Parts: sequence; structure tokens; C-alpha cells
Amino acid sequence: MNPCTFSRSLPVPLLFAISVAAVGDILASEPEVSYERIRSSNTEPGNWLTYSGQYNGHRHSSLSQINTGNVFQLKPAWVYQSREAGKIETSPLVIGDVMYITEKPHIVTALDTRTGRPLWCYRRPPAEGVPACCGPVNRGLAVLEDALYHLTFDAKLLALDLQSGRLRWEVSVADYRDGYSCTVAPLAVKDKIIVGISGGEFGIRGFLDAYDARTGERAWRFYTVPGPGDPAFGTYEGDSWMTGGAPTWVTGTFDPELNMLYWGTGNPSPDYNGDLRKGDNLYSCSLLALDPDTGKLRWHFQHTPHDTRDWASCQVPVLVDAQVDGVPRKLVVQANRNGFYYVHDRVTGAFVRGVPFIPQTWAKGLDAAGRPIPAPHSEPTPEGNLIYPGLSGATNWFSPSYDAANGLFYVQAQEEYGMYYYKMEAAYSPGRNFEAGGTRPVAGEEPFTIVKALDVTTGTLRWQFRMEGEARGGIVSTAGGLLFTGNAEGAFFALDAVTGKPLWHFQTGGQIWANPITYLSGGKQQVAIAAGQGIFVFELP
Amino acid sequence: MLIVLLQSGVAVCHGKSSDEREQSGAAALSASLQEGQTLYLAHCSACHGPGGEGGKGPTLALPSLPRAGTDEQLRRIIRGGISGSGMPRSELSSEKIARVADWVRHLGTRPVEKIPGDISSGRKLYQGRGGCVQCHTIDGIGKAIGPDLTDIGLRRSPDYLRMALLEPEADIPQTYSGYNRYLSLRENFLQVRLVTQDGRSFFGVRVNEDTFSIQIRDLENQIHSFYKAELTELHKDRGKSPMPSYRDAFTANEIDDLVAFLHSLIGRRTSR
Ligand code: HEC
Ligand code: HEC
Repeated sequence: MNPCTFSRSLPVPLLFAISVAAVGDILASEPEVSYERIRSSNTEPGNWLTYSGQYNGHRHSSLSQINTGNVFQLKPAWVYQSREAGKIETSPLVIGDVMYITEKPHIVTALDTRTGRPLWCYRRPPAEGVPACCGPVNRGLAVLEDALYHLTFDAKLLALDLQSGRLRWEVSVADYRDGYSCTVAPLAVKDKIIVGISGGEFGIRGFLDAYDARTGERAWRFYTVPGPGDPAFGTYEGDSWMTGGAPTWVTGTFDPELNMLYWGTGNPSPDYNGDLRKGDNLYSCSLLALDPDTGKLRWHFQHTPHDTRDWASCQVPVLVDAQVDGVPRKLVVQANRNGFYYVHDRVTGAFVRGVPFIPQTWAKGLDAAGRPIPAPHSEPTPEGNLIYPGLSGATNWFSPSYDAANGLFYVQAQEEYGMYYYKMEAAYSPGRNFEAGGTRPVAGEEPFTIVKALDVTTGTLRWQFRMEGEARGGIVSTAGGLLFTGNAEGAFFALDAVTGKPLWHFQTGGQIWANPITYLSGGKQQVAIAAGQGIFVFELP
Repeated sequence: MLIVLLQSGVAVCHGKSSDEREQSGAAALSASLQEGQTLYLAHCSACHGPGGEGGKGPTLALPSLPRAGTDEQLRRIIRGGISGSGMPRSELSSEKIARVADWVRHLGTRPVEKIPGDISSGRKLYQGRGGCVQCHTIDGIGKAIGPDLTDIGLRRSPDYLRMALLEPEADIPQTYSGYNRYLSLRENFLQVRLVTQDGRSFFGVRVNEDTFSIQIRDLENQIHSFYKAELTELHKDRGKSPMPSYRDAFTANEIDDLVAFLHSLIGRRTSR
């Protein structure tokens, strides 16, 4: 029991005394989520305290009530439907018996995991005219102590009282009229809330921020497109750095022992015409390791130098402790949108390995330092050049999963998916689309999606499960020998984690473009996924 | 029933004084303003009070409305309502909407009521002896057994605030946000008592309910959820409030101080 729960010694309100039963059916009975609890969240698998479940980004649960032997009996416990039209991409948090979700901005709702009934709801009028590539989506919340943290589409950070959803404070992260927006779930680290930004299609200057969790005061800002004085300055020709993009729209991971924060960055702006920003364009399409106290850069690695195909490195960097060539190593691995699977030493940033995990046409391979060796005809042209993978990449923001017990890394990938990339001239104007080109699909081509299980240190394929359509679903794996994921057709399903064999599926009737989670409700394991405009929750009979 | 109370009881004094004012200026009240008043009484007063003093809806008798600074904004709010809130869209024609808007502006030109109390003494009572923080929040700090008071000064007239302290059960407010519509609940802060099959009893305010289950917040701010099949007793104390009356606890001056403090809470409406 957490010592910081609501005190029992609460003074009875003046003039008023009534006996209140102290226990039983209490929801959210441990409403204060300290940093220590988040840090050791693996010891409380009944809850889901951060975007990825744990700081290490494994999205793996040690729960095994639902397992390969009984998963076929899984059935819906309840469905929550949003009152607003539009798909939900939220990755819920669960604390006690309460689930916290975001709906189409700006709505935050607390749900009773037993009955599916809403307990409170914070909402405010949607901001109008926010320039954004991909609609007003939101990927979830952070919790710290007795507050929830929510980033609004119009780029404000809100602190809400965990018990009631009432607003404590709000601060502006950036001005949405200049093309900045927020879709990412923030990450609570120690006493700070780490906040990423979106807007790579609008010529923003990307950054990663940290805010004091109590006051909302900004503690630091790391510009992902450095200005004069930074060693990486000059990797954008001329003044192009000022509109250089490199957003930070997928929640990163954190190693408390090393005190290092890992975060991926998005494409340089403008997206497709690299002539307007010659150079490597650091720190776009990179993995960054930062000091969470100061925002100082510890190391960086750029997956796609001078990207012209919008291959953002916005995937969860997964922290792995494993042996490489017989030596125990602290690693960070990432299946990248550009089609390569990367393994790095997470202490030093040293490149360990990089191998393609889907067929691609843009790079002949990686050199000894991990830098891609470009293949001919791998850049957009005015007429359009056919390049694999296509725009949404070999994979994308939806989370992979890692099961340390079997050393397998699970990811949804796309194959037979190419696009003609073309470039155009474009001039920057604040808040206006700044892509300078675009893509065309290949006539007659039908991309398909595969769940792949890769050996975590080598990237070698162990098994795969093929589906139709585009990849969209995140993955949660469990100690029950299962992994759960979903797809654009609306199927939510379980695979055998060792063999990839399908064991159970359910048609939700809405596209799944979200990450699943699993937790306990009243001691009983549940699995939850956002599908269409609802949250679907499953349990055993 | 609550509205009736407002109109016949508390609002009487309000109504009287405004009537007097009205009569003295009756000659000046143009036909079009009178039409606005008639429409207002029919379409708005049930929520905003006959004199714009606030009820379910916020005070409209303000020189400048937080979300309706310009006449155009005011007409747009009346025409379209405020989505996801208790403010409905109006079906009136645009001429009639303009008449109502003029009347709302007229309400705002009335002399601002003088509040006698002292704000900082009121704040001390709120934080200390009143025990208000055990049940209310300001800027999300406190407990959520009663309504959020962050912008209560905008939502309620001083008379209403006084009534809330002296006779909490005179009007059980609806919360403002989209909460109501969202949870398909007709009222909030409904006082509930229940007993479970295993003999435990609970007391609190309802946060949600459907045919099969009910969720309540107890006086320690804990939320409990029950299937009704697990209950042996369920009492909904309509018209009752867990908020005590402060009539005897505080002197008249102290009540004034609290009212002054509450009236000063004009929250973050503007930042919306
Ligand atoms: C059923 C109750 C109800 C009725 C009837 C109603 N209102 Fe409202 N009104 C509300 C509520 C509740 C709000 C506050 C909504 C919120 O907080 O988001 C509100 C807000 C407003 C506001 C915004 C005030 C501000 O904050 O700037 C105006 C103006 C307004 N109402 C005018 C009117 C007028 C004029 C009418 C009659 C044509 C009317 N209302 C009828 C409930 C009502
Ligand atoms: C035991 C809990 C409790 C305490 C203590 C309490 N309140 Fe309340 N209060 C409520 C509840 C519940 C409501 C809503 C139902 C009602 O109107 O009584 C309410 C309503 C109100 C309202 C009306 C709000 C609105 O939106 O119209 C005001 C104003 C208010 N309280 C002020 C205070 C102040 C000031 C104090 C301290 C002097 C206080 N309350 C103490 C529970 C409490």
C-alpha cells in the first residue's frame, strides 16, 4: 500500500459528521503514483502507469491469467463508445480499477474497469484551425503523484486532478498557429513531465521539453534542430534550420540507472525536397539520448541522414539488456520506419548492428558506423521515383513489444509497399503546409501487413504472421505466452508468442490504430484496445 | 421545482429591485428591448435567472461576458449554444436572437451589486474553519465532493452564493461542463446512501449510474462502484446536500466575507 493515499485522518467537515465505510469496492485505492512506483512498475503488473507500461518500452506484462491454454474463451467485458465521432488512438493508463483515456481532443475520461462506466470526464471546446497532417488524434496521458498530464491538440499541457479530472493548470507549449500541435502521450520522469511536439509538415523547429510537474514551469527545452553554437549546427544549409522540422511525436523511454532519456525525432522540413535544406539535417530522423534533468544531449544517432521520404524515427526506442557475442550489453533497439532494425549500445550510443527487416530499395546497406549507403534512384524527383518502403514506412508510431524471457522483439511491419515520391518547389509561410512534394501509390499494388518476431540482438526473423491492409496496430506481449495486436480491418487477435500461431480473434467493427494494454480489474486480467471510436475490453468468463 | 424556488424565493428580492429600476426607466424601454425581455424570460431565465443572476447557467448580468465580448459572439452563442455543455442552441429567428442579445447586454448595464465582505478573510475561512477544501476544488486542488469553484464568481451572483452557504439544499446545481450530457445524467451531486449485501454502508454523491450499476464518491473523495444486484438498500436523497448550512456556524460578517471571496473567483474562463 502506498503511504501517500488519501489520508484516513481527514478532518470531518465542519458541523458535519457521518460515518463512512472505510473499505470495499474502492476504485483507484492508490491514487498517488510516485516516481518510485513508475520506476518499479514491473512489480505491479495490475496497473499500467506509463504509455509503454514501463520506462523500458517493453509493452510486456508479467500477467498470465490469460494464457495460451484459455485465450480461446476470451470475451468482451464491456465497450466504451466515445460521444465524439473520430477514431481513438489512445493508449490507456490503469491505476487501481480506473482506466484513463483520451478521446478526440480535448477529452479525458476516467472509466471504471469493472463496469465500463465513466467516472468523470474533462473536456473543453476543440481548438479550431489547428494545422496538422493527420487529424486531431491523441495517444494518451502521463500520471505523476495525484495528477494526470494531457497534451491538447492546440499544444497546451494540462494538469488534471487524478480523482476528479478538474483542471489544475495549463501552459502553452507552442503556438499552434505556427504549425505546432501535440498528439503524443507525455512521459513523467522524476519531478518533470517530458513533452514532445508535432508539426513536421509545417516547417516547425522541433524540440523536446520538460515541465515542472507541480507548477507547469518549463524546466528545459532541447531543440532537435540546433541553432548557432551547437556542434551540429550547419547541417542545414543557410537559414533552412529555422524551419527544419524534426518533431518528437512518439513517447520515448527512460533508463533510471543511467539517468538517460531516449527519444526519436521526425522528418526534416520540408519533407520531400531536400534541395531546400542541403546537408545531413541533424537531429532529424535520429535517436537522441538526453539527460532528463538538464535536457543536455548525451549522444545521438541519425538513422536517415538528409531524409526526403518522411521516414521519421518516431518509434518507441526499446531498452534491452542482452548478450551480444557472449558479452552482456545495455542496448537500445528500434525497428525504424526506413526499413532497418537497429541495435545500439545505450550507454555510449555505439552502433552495434543494423539489418533490414523488410525488403527495401533505398539503401545498399549500412556502413560500419551504421550510416546508410544510398542506392541509385532513391530520392524524390519532379516526376516521381518508385521507392520502397512507402510513405508510412516499414513500420510507424504504433508500439512494438519485447519479451525478455524469450528474447523476441515483436513489430507490425508492411511489405510490398512502395510509393512514387516526387518533389516540388515550396516557400515557407507560418502555419501553412510545407512539404514540397508528395507521394503516389503504385497502381495495382496491395501492401500487406506482417507481425514479425525478431531475435532482439540480431534482428533475425523467427516467425511472421501475415494480414491484409496497412500496418497500424501496436503490440502487447504477456507472460501467458501471448501477444495481442489488431489491424486496420478491425480484428483484434492473440498470437502464440513462440510460434506466431493465431489463437483467438474478435472483430471490433472499427479500425484499430492504437496500442493494446493489459492489467487487472478487481484481480482479474483484462486486455484493452481502442478500435474505431471505442475502447474494447476483454476478459475470461 | 428548484427553478420555481429560485423564481419565487430567492429571486424575489432580486426581481423586486430590478422591477423598481425597470419601472423608473419604463418609458425609456423601447418596444424592441421589451420584446427582448419577454423572449429572455421565456427562453433563458429558467437557466440564467430572471435578472440574469445565474442559476443552472452562468450570470449574464455582467458588463462584459467572458465568452461573448462582442455582440456578434453573443448572438453566435445564443444561436449555436455551447457544444457539449448545458447551453442549448436557440431555435429563434435571427431578428429575435438580436432582440434577446440586446436584452442580455441591457442586463449587463445595471449597476453592479456592492459586495460588503472582505476577500482575504473569506479566503481564510474557506481554507480553514469552513472546511470547504474537504469538498470543493479551486484550480483542481481540493476534493471533488461538491462543484469546482474556480470560476464560481462568474457563474453565480452574490445572492446565489449567499443562498448556497445558508441553504445548500435550496438548489442542487448541475455541473457545467459537458459532464451531464456526456454521462447521460440528469443531475449531479445527488446524495446517495446504500448498503451492500455483506452489510457495509456507504454515503456520498453519485458520479454515475446506469440500470445495473452505480458509482459514488464518498466524503473522503474515494470513488466506489457497485452493481445494484450487490446492494440491499439504495437511497437517493433528492434535494439533499452533504454540504452543511453555515447559517449558525458563521456570523453575518463572515458570510459576507465568504461571499466576497467566492465572488472574486473568476477562474480561467478567459483562457478557454
Ligand atoms: C437549459 C439551460 C440554459 C438555457 C435555457 C439557456 N442557457 Fe445560456 N448557458 C447555460 C449554461 C449551462 C451555460 C454555461 C455553459 C458552459 O459553461 O460551457 C450557458 C452559457 C451562456 C452564455 C455564455 C456566457 C459566457 O460565459 O460568456 C451566454 C451568453 C448565454 N448562455 C446566453 C443565453 C441566452 C441568451 C439564453 C436564452 C436564449 C440562454 N443562454 C438559455 C444554460 C442555459
Ligand atoms: C461535506 C462537503 C461540503 C462542504 C464541507 C462544503 N460544501 Fe459546498 N457544496 C457541496 C456539495 C455536494 C454541493 C452541491 C450540492 C449543493 O448545492 O448543496 C455544494 C455546493 C456549493 C456551492 C454552489 C456551487 C454552484 O456551482 O452553484 C458553493 C458556492 C459552495 N458549495 C461553497 C462552499 C463553501 C464556501 C464551503 C465552506 C464554507 C463549502 N461549500 C463547504 C459540498 C460541500
